[in-house]
Amino acid sequence: MTDVIKEDQVLDCSGMLCPLPVVKTSKAIKELQSGQILKMIATDPGAPPDMEAWSRQTGNELLRSMQEDGKFIFFLRKK
Amino acid sequence: MSKSDPNAPKRLALIASKGTLDWAYPPFILASAAGAMGWEVAIFFTFFGLTLLKPKLTASVSPLGNPAMPMKMPFGPEGFQNINWPMPNILMANVPGFESVATTLMKQTFKNKGVATIEELRDMCVEMDVRMIGCQMTMDVFGFKREEFIKECEIGGAATFLEYAADADVQLFI
Repeated sequence: MTDVIKEDQVLDCSGMLCPLPVVKTSKAIKELQSGQILKMIATDPGAPPDMEAWSRQTGNELLRSMQEDGKFIFFLRKK
Repeated sequence: MSKSDPNAPKRLALIASKGTLDWAYPPFILASAAGAMGWEVAIFFTFFGLTLLKPKLTASVSPLGNPAMPMKMPFGPEGFQNINWPMPNILMANVPGFESVATTLMKQTFKNKGVATIEELRDMCVEMDVRMIGCQMTMDVFGFKREEFIKECEIGGAATFLEYAADADVQLFI
């Protein structure tokens, strides 16, 4: 059993294709305080590698990336 | 900002040289994604790409001379939508209205699949302070005036772009 991560904000990018999940995530994370957690939901199969790259480039940590009911779920901590 | 500063953000320099709908996507997709990663971005719009700085975008698809381009139908059952319709050049070149039909079909397919419109992507780029440089020489050649383009763009020439691109980490010609 993995620990439950408690998010501060949820962003649903279901149905959106590249580059929208990345762009919306970047906007949403700007609204958060340092250390707060954003949960992002996407259906684009390109989202997992893109979110990893986005996290490396921006320094906002990707705490967890998982798949549930055909959706990709990401937990990101604002740096 | 110069690359001698190790803390400078990464930099992307793009040249957008084409004005059709299919070619309008790559520069705006890359620019908005780079902006979302905290990169600095500039796009130099030259030749046919300059029209992408018009307030009202009229970019259309030009399937002519692009026989590899599959056509998709944006309606009907999924199996039907997934068919790649071969489009011979003879049809593209000679059927009146073919381009506008192809444009409508592509726009609808993109919308159904969840791709942003060119206008939406450009607005995102503006919001992320992407530098958009319209080519002065192209304006002169085609008789355009500054007022015909969005106010967010600047006008410049090859030297303006090159000075920016010299310090860029990624440079692409599209």
